Amino acid sequence: MCLGIPGEIVEISQDRPDLAKVAVSGVKRTINIGLLTDDPPVPGDWILIHVGFALSKIDEDEARAAMDFLESIGKAYEDELAALRDSRID
Amino acid sequence: MRFVDEFRDAEKARALSAKITSLCEPGREYRFMEVCGGHTHTIYKHGLEDYLPPSITLVHGPGCPVCVIPMGRVDDAIHIARQPGVLMTSFGDMMRVPGSGGNFFDSNAEGTNIRMVYSPLDSLKIARQNPDQQVVFMAIGFETTAPSTAMTVLRAAAEKIDNFSIFCNHVTIIPAIKAILDSPDLRLDGFIGPGHVSTVIGCRPYEFIARDYGKPVVVAGFEPLDILQSIYLLMLQLAEGRSEVENQYTRVVPWDGNLVALRAIGEVMELRPYFEWRGLGFISHSAMRVREEFAAFDAERIFSVPGVRVADPKACQCGEVLKGVLKPWECKVFGTACTPETPIGTCMVSPEGACAAYYNFGRFTRSRVREASRV
Repeated sequence: MCLGIPGEIVEISQDRPDLAKVAVSGVKRTINIGLLTDDPPVPGDWILIHVGFALSKIDEDEARAAMDFLESIGKAYEDELAALRDSRID
Repeated sequence: MRFVDEFRDAEKARALSAKITSLCEPGREYRFMEVCGGHTHTIYKHGLEDYLPPSITLVHGPGCPVCVIPMGRVDDAIHIARQPGVLMTSFGDMMRVPGSGGNFFDSNAEGTNIRMVYSPLDSLKIARQNPDQQVVFMAIGFETTAPSTAMTVLRAAAEKIDNFSIFCNHVTIIPAIKAILDSPDLRLDGFIGPGHVSTVIGCRPYEFIARDYGKPVVVAGFEPLDILQSIYLLMLQLAEGRSEVENQYTRVVPWDGNLVALRAIGEVMELRPYFEWRGLGFISHSAMRVREEFAAFDAERIFSVPGVRVADPKACQCGEVLKGVLKPWECKVFGTACTPETPIGTCMVSPEGACAAYYNFGRFTRSRVREASRV
């Protein structure tokens, strides 16, 4: 729950600008980007996702570092990723 | 250990370790608290204590939101879940946290419907799909997850969804740090500040620690080198007689935090007069509740909540572990009666809890043997 998962913005929803499709570890899921309205992300940007919301923009190096950290955690991250895979936010 | 595998990192870690050691004053003991459970995880996973001189001790703090939920709140949640027509939703981390009569899984075995969700928005979707059910989201977490809960309530209000509410257990980190600073049984020299919480609240809220208590704070990232560098920055401040708030994690944490997130929390929630923390007791203004304007989304107003205070099991020493007074392995039931499979205390439940992190990655290192032999 506390884990920030890095994702890459694939596209911003046309009719709901607070939603975006992101790629996370090979899966594409919809997340909410409404907390980044001061500096809205665009496709190609990397973000850190907490419980379905992008909380901050990060660069690609940080995304890789964050992924390394998560993979080092093992099961907790696998559980979080499995939960994200099951998520169907709209 | 990744350091060993990645020579350059190991080299950098050793270089930092040497710089940290060179700043130690002979005969002085240093105690730094890492507030965040994510940091505790990195420290144990990578054996970072082995890179530190014996005079530096890392003390694990209360920054694991699952770990600080008192048993009474779990009981309250189960009480709500037992009401007719209620479908409760919860983060997976919360499912195995024991209440006085069992956890959420035990409760489901007795007939409640408590489902795991990834996001409060998934919970809202379940509410849309089940208009004949009252869907309650078990909201927990520090400022990292509170904005998501707040945004979900705002969304529910905008969509006029009338069968969705939250059982609000959001806590705030600053009053807990203050309670620890005021605790007579703990002497600390500085803080490794939490990373993700600070993404939301920024660095300013820590300034009182430096100003009023004279303790340095360094907000840190989660990589092993981030933590070693933060310890170096803390040691440098002490050596130079400074006490300031520094941000080591500038790649993610803005100094002023995320103002949109803070506004969302403020719009939906307000501070409670007090809230019970497992192990720390009642702390003033340390948690949030739903504002009157959003009463229709507040499970505590919709359902009767017993609110009975339940004392922790006698054998459990989570309180001392959460305050950093005890190391996990010093607890009487650690690894014997209390394991991640059958946790007695919350610190063993969450992967970010100090006990679970140590149980999963515990190694008989030099520092471990040294600590153990002190007992």
